[in-house]
Amino acid sequence: MTDQPLVPDTKAAPSRLRRALDSDLFYAFRRSPVAMISSAVAVGLILMAVFAPFFAVTNPFDPASLNLMNGFTPPMEPNAFTGETFFMGTDDQGRDVYSTILYGMRISLFVGFSAVLFAVVLGIILGLLAGYYGGWADSFIMRAADVQLTFPAILVAMLIFGIAKGITPVEHRDQMAIWVLILAIGLSDWVQFARVVRGATLVEKNKDYVSAARLIGRGSSLIMIRHILPNILSPVLVIATISLALAIIAEATLSFLGVGAPPTQPSLGTLIRVGQGYLFSGEWWILFFPACTLLALALSVNLLGDWLRDALNPRLK
Amino acid sequence: MVSFILKRIVQSALVLLITGAIAFSMFSFVGDPIDNMLGQERTMEDVERLRAQLGLDQPVPVQYVKFLKEAAHGNFGVSYRQGREVSEIIMERAPATLELAAVSALLAVVFGISLGVFTAIRRHGFTANLIMSASLIGVSLPTFLIGILLIYLFSVELGWLPSFGRGEVVQIGNWSTGFLTESGRKALILPAITLGLYQMTLIMRLVRSEMLEVLRQDYIRFARARGLSDRVINFRHALKNTMVPVITIIGLQLGAIIAFAIITETVFQWPGLGLLFINAIQFVDIPVMAAYLMMISVMFVVINLVVDILYAMIDPRLRVSAK
Repeated sequence: MTDQPLVPDTKAAPSRLRRALDSDLFYAFRRSPVAMISSAVAVGLILMAVFAPFFAVTNPFDPASLNLMNGFTPPMEPNAFTGETFFMGTDDQGRDVYSTILYGMRISLFVGFSAVLFAVVLGIILGLLAGYYGGWADSFIMRAADVQLTFPAILVAMLIFGIAKGITPVEHRDQMAIWVLILAIGLSDWVQFARVVRGATLVEKNKDYVSAARLIGRGSSLIMIRHILPNILSPVLVIATISLALAIIAEATLSFLGVGAPPTQPSLGTLIRVGQGYLFSGEWWILFFPACTLLALALSVNLLGDWLRDALNPRLK
Repeated sequence: MVSFILKRIVQSALVLLITGAIAFSMFSFVGDPIDNMLGQERTMEDVERLRAQLGLDQPVPVQYVKFLKEAAHGNFGVSYRQGREVSEIIMERAPATLELAAVSALLAVVFGISLGVFTAIRRHGFTANLIMSASLIGVSLPTFLIGILLIYLFSVELGWLPSFGRGEVVQIGNWSTGFLTESGRKALILPAITLGLYQMTLIMRLVRSEMLEVLRQDYIRFARARGLSDRVINFRHALKNTMVPVITIIGLQLGAIIAFAIITETVFQWPGLGLLFINAIQFVDIPVMAAYLMMISVMFVVINLVVDILYAMIDPRLRVSAK
């Protein structure tokens, strides 16, 4: 039931597509308007971010395309000097807000996906080790998890960011900021994956198929990866979806606080940080549109995660 | 019971030692302190002398123990950026954060519990459903956006409340308070709502689900059969029994409020510890970062310890399994 691809893969052989379309999950998906709308919004936003150069009017980071005279143009109104009209207005340097949002969303999504991927891989490895071997590896990993859970994730991410910033030499700080951000959010988030994977591994490792694999002489790492892992992936998938929403918000929060993406590579959070400064002088659009985009992105991924949790939960059927 | 408490105390001490090690090692990340202190013109003798004077020639474990001793006395050295004693800066900033956190916690607890009870009792009512849907949006809205929204509404558009700072403060000994002046009280309203809103929705949803759970139980039905009034049943019987898990969560959330104050303080430029910490990260001011890290971990560890011990005292099952 759960090993079907979530979004039907059109390039796969017809039989595979057929199977995906006939699955329980797809049936549940078609019956849920919330799931359909939120996935449409999420997929739409992700596609616009990935293909930002096609959707954007200008490249906001190409100085040649900027005209300072266009600065502070309100949305849908022609500029007083150049007569150009911008759908979402322009910021202080005359950059088209709509285009900066697309490029900013790219960075937000890149950081969000990478951080979750990092957390998932780390959590799965540590969870499998803890659950499969038990003993001191288990108590060591789980104690570390307990210690980390004592502190709120956003605080952990801030601390890691601060320490990593201290280590990197001054001249590389801006370039490294994105990677440091991924590391910080990923490391603050692995605990829940490790806990779930460990719990599921404890159940699976006593089942007959694992004993059988052990009996024919397969190695421990092969058993963990090829046999146990595929059977425990569905709860991981659910947490990963909800984590993605949280990671996007965490990234935006850190960037908003000025301890995240640098102004040279603005994410949605950085754009909101910049826009906040113009709120008092009436240029509301510089803040409003990035904030709405962030909200739409986080809310749609969050709702999708909630739906997925219910759809994959056999007890609710 | 005693062994359980001892085990927890040892574990807490271990956590503090680890965070202490992290704070300690941060100092060695940004270059050699000797380089920072002596500058260009120096002789080898100068370097050696200062190294011996500061105890940097001793083995790392010895330095670590010395660091812990100093940290326990609240001495974290001099801020790289402000050139003042870190403990002095922290003492100056702490009242702002503590006043903000206290008011937010009060708001969160009072409104959280009463709205939770209300939505549980009037489960199918229109207002209750409206509150529940609003809370769902509140949970997905990032804190900083809520703050900006409130600023836009009440400061920019309506002009009722100040958008940043603490207003006028009155100095009482070492403590600066904003409660005594009108501008101080006004300045507190928006940040306190921003900070308390998330915890409020959490407490509200928790109280509601616990309350619904309790209201289903037999003794409630029995109380109803005895002809007790709704008020007595809801508040005397049901609410009392929901409070055990709620109190633990509230305890844990109090620590979270101080941590989340970082975001609120940045939005409102509130001159507290959170803003100090964010600025320290931006300027890689290691002594301030280390001091904040140690302070917050002591706080979290103590809160967790107290909550665990309280839990063990209330719930006898935990005592048995801990042995």
